[in-house]
Amino acid sequence: MHDDEQGQPIDRREALKTLAAAAAAATALDGITASTADAQQPVTPRRPLPVAGAAPAPAVGPRGTPTDPDLITPKSPWPRLLSAQELITVAALCDMIIPADAKSPAASTVGVPAYIDEYVSAPYDWAERALVRVRGGLTWLDVESGKRFGRRFSAATVAQRTAICDDICYLPKAGPAFQAAARFFDMIRDLTASGFYTSDAGMKDLQYVGNVPLAKFDGPPPEVLRKLGLA
Amino acid sequence: MVQASPKSQTSYDVIVVGSGAGGGMAAYQLAVAGLKVLVLEAGRSYDPVRETPMFKLPRHAPLLGAGTKHKPFGFYDATVDGGWEVPGEPYTNAPGTDFKWWRARMLGGRTNHWGRISLRMGEYDFKPKTRDGLGADWPLGYEDLAPYYDRTEMLIGVYGGDDDLENTPGSPAGVLQPAPAPRATELLTKKHAAPLGIPVIPAHLAIMTQRQDATTLPQKIHPDNPLAQRVLAQSMRQRAACLWATPCGWGCSVKANFQSTTVLLPPAMMTGNVDIVPNAMVREVTLDASGKATGVHYIDKLTRTDREVKARVVVLAASACESARIMLNSRSAQFPNGIANSSGLVGKYLMDTVGAGIGGQIPALENLPPHNTDGASGMHMYVPWWQYKEQLAGKLGFARGYHIEFGGGRGMPGPGIFSGLESHTNGAYGQRFKEEARRYYGSFMYFDGRGEMIPNEESYCEIDPTVVDQWGIPVLRFHWKWSEHETKQAAHMVKTFAQMIEAMGGTVQGTVQTDGSKVIANGGQIIHEVGTCRMGTDPRTSVLNEYCQSWDVKNLFVTDGSVFVSNADKNPTLSILALAWRTCDHIMAELQRGNI
Repeated sequence: MHDDEQGQPIDRREALKTLAAAAAAATALDGITASTADAQQPVTPRRPLPVAGAAPAPAVGPRGTPTDPDLITPKSPWPRLLSAQELITVAALCDMIIPADAKSPAASTVGVPAYIDEYVSAPYDWAERALVRVRGGLTWLDVESGKRFGRRFSAATVAQRTAICDDICYLPKAGPAFQAAARFFDMIRDLTASGFYTSDAGMKDLQYVGNVPLAKFDGPPPEVLRKLGLA
Repeated sequence: MVQASPKSQTSYDVIVVGSGAGGGMAAYQLAVAGLKVLVLEAGRSYDPVRETPMFKLPRHAPLLGAGTKHKPFGFYDATVDGGWEVPGEPYTNAPGTDFKWWRARMLGGRTNHWGRISLRMGEYDFKPKTRDGLGADWPLGYEDLAPYYDRTEMLIGVYGGDDDLENTPGSPAGVLQPAPAPRATELLTKKHAAPLGIPVIPAHLAIMTQRQDATTLPQKIHPDNPLAQRVLAQSMRQRAACLWATPCGWGCSVKANFQSTTVLLPPAMMTGNVDIVPNAMVREVTLDASGKATGVHYIDKLTRTDREVKARVVVLAASACESARIMLNSRSAQFPNGIANSSGLVGKYLMDTVGAGIGGQIPALENLPPHNTDGASGMHMYVPWWQYKEQLAGKLGFARGYHIEFGGGRGMPGPGIFSGLESHTNGAYGQRFKEEARRYYGSFMYFDGRGEMIPNEESYCEIDPTVVDQWGIPVLRFHWKWSEHETKQAAHMVKTFAQMIEAMGGTVQGTVQTDGSKVIANGGQIIHEVGTCRMGTDPRTSVLNEYCQSWDVKNLFVTDGSVFVSNADKNPTLSILALAWRTCDHIMAELQRGNI
C-alpha cells in the first residue's frame, strides 16, 4: 500500500507478466546463441580465444555446456542407444508395471520408454552400468519368455508376462536363478515410475496440485487438519 | 539490471574479489558510501530475471532434471559452472581426506542457489571457548553484530517468527516478515515432537512473504544516506513477494528471495559507483614496499591474459577457501608464506557443518486430501537446538548443538519419486503399484541435522606444491578430520530423528546407525565451509582483527566465511552478510581517519 503511492509497484499480475516476458526474452536469446556454432558443441570448459589480448564482448547467458546449460530451453543432446526392438520390449514391461486404469493411461503412452532410453544412453559412468543391466535384462526377458512360451516377451500374453514378472518383481523373494532379473526389474520399475509420475497424466493421477503461483499460501485445508488430528 | 562492464577507469577506491554474499554486500555498502568499487567475479555474468527456469517441470529437462556430476543439485539448479567439480579448476586431497569443495562460477556465486536459511548466531556462539573450553572465542559478541543482523534482515527480506529462545535470538519487532503458514507435515511433527521436549518453531528464511515497504525501510536501514535510500527504495520496488511455487534453488526471476544478483548488486550498480568484471580469476594480491596492498592480479578467462588493477583497499570475498588460496598464493619477500599470513594461520581451522539425516514413512500422511504443499519451497518450521543445559552438564558426550531441518509432503513428482517402493509393497507392480503409489505419495518425510563442528588442527587447506589449474594458479590441497564431538553428535541426530519418526507412528527407512562416523557427511558436503582466515584479538593466533581487517596489511579485508572463528549450527550466510556490513563501516571509518 505504501508502494502503490509512489514509483512503480510490481503487483502479482505484473510479476507474472514479467515472468512471461522474461521467458520470451530468454527464448529469443536462445535463438541467437543456437545459431552460433558453439551452442551445440560438447564440453569445452572455456572457449579460449585465439588471439590473446583481444577484448571480446562479455558473454551473455548460458554457453550451452553441460555445466552451463540453457535452463529455459533445455536439451538432452546425447545419442540414444536402445534399438527399436529393445524399445518394444521396454514398452511391454513398462506397461506391466504401470498399465492403464480408470484414472490414468499406461506408462508407454506418456513417453516412458523414451525416458528409459535417455537414461541408459546418458554420458555418465552410472549410465554405462545401467545400460548393461537394462540390455541384459531385456535380452533375458525375451530368452525366458522364449523358453517358457515360445515367443518374445512383447508378443506374450498378459498372463504369460505376469508369470515371468511374478518371479522377478521382488528381490528378497526372487529365487537364485532370478536375482539378476529382479535387480533389472526394480530398476525398470523405478524408472517407469519416474517417467510416468512426472508426466501430466501421472501428476494428475497423484493429484499433485502445486507449481502454480498463488497470491497467498494458506497451509493445509481443514479436511487435512481433521484427518491428521490437528484441527 | 546488472551489466558486466569493462573497466571504465583504471584505479578504484576498492577492489572487491567475489560477488556472492560477502562480495555483494561489500560492493553495495561501499558504493552507497560513495566509493568507486571494482568487483571481480571469477565466473560469468548472470541475470536471474532472464535465466531462472521459473515453473519448469522435470519432464522438460534432461533426465527429468536429476542431479548429475555437471549439475549436482539437479538440472534446474541455478549454479553455473559449479558443484563439487569446476571444469579446469581442480583441487586435491591429502591421503585419507575426502573433502568436497563446492564452488560456483557465476555472478552472485552461491547466493543464487542457496537454501535461504537465515539463522542468527546467538550469544553462546560468539564465546564458545568461554562456555565449554573448546575452540576459540570470537573477538566480538552478539551485541556487536545484532544491529547488523537487524539491518541485514530488513535489507534482504527474511521471514520468521517471534520466538526468542536460549541462544536462538529473535529479531526486534518490525524486522522480520511474517512466517508462512505451516504445512501439514510441519504441524504433525510439531505435535508429536512436543512430548519429546523438542521445540518446533517458525524457521527464518530469506524469502519475502510480502513486499518490502520501500517508503520507510530504506530510511530505517540507511538513516543518514540519501543515495543509499534512493537506490535501495528503487531496488525494493523491483522485488515481488513469493509466488508460493517453483524452487528457490533455481533462482527467482521476481526477486522474492535473497540473491546477491537480485538484492545487492542491482542497487550497487544504480549508484554508478560500481564496475563489475566477470570471468576475472584473481590469483594474487599485490603489495608495495610499505606493506600496503596495491591491488590484484587476475587472469581474464576469456583471453587467458594476466591483468593488474589497483585500488586503495582490497576486499577478499571469494569464498572461504578461495580467499585463503589467493592469500597463500600472494607470496613476497615480506610474506614468503602468503600475504597477511605472519601468524601462519591462513588456511587453518577449516570447518564445515555436521550433517546427518534419515527418512521415514508416516502412515498418517497416506491418502491425504489433495492440497498444495509447495509453500516457500524451503522449510516453514524447524527445530532449533534445545539441549543446552544437558550439554553443558556433560550429559550428551558431545559439546555443541545442531538444529533440525525437516520436510516432506505432496511435492512435485520428480525422478526417483517411488524408488524404494519395492520394499514398502513387497514388489508391487501393475494395478497394485498404481494404487500403492497413490497411497504412499506424500507420506515420506526427511529429517536432517545441521550441527556445529569444533575447529581442529587437522582440518585445513594449503597450496598443493605440484598442481595448478587451467589458469596456471596453484590449487588447494585439503586435510580433514572429524573429532568425536562431531561423530557423536551425528549419532545423536539420527537417534533423535528415529524417535521423532516413531513418535509420529512412522517407520524409519534404513538402519539407524549408532556409530556417527557411518552417517556423518563428508567435510565440505554441507557447503558451509568457513574458517581459514579467522578473526581474533591477537595477531599471533588470528589472521584478522574484529573488523575482518588483516593484522599485517591494514588495507586488506576479508568479508566471506573465511573469517569465522567457530561454525555454529546456524547456517553461515546471514552472518557473512552482517559481518561484511560491519567491515564496510570500519573501512569507511579507517579511510576517514586516514589510516588506510
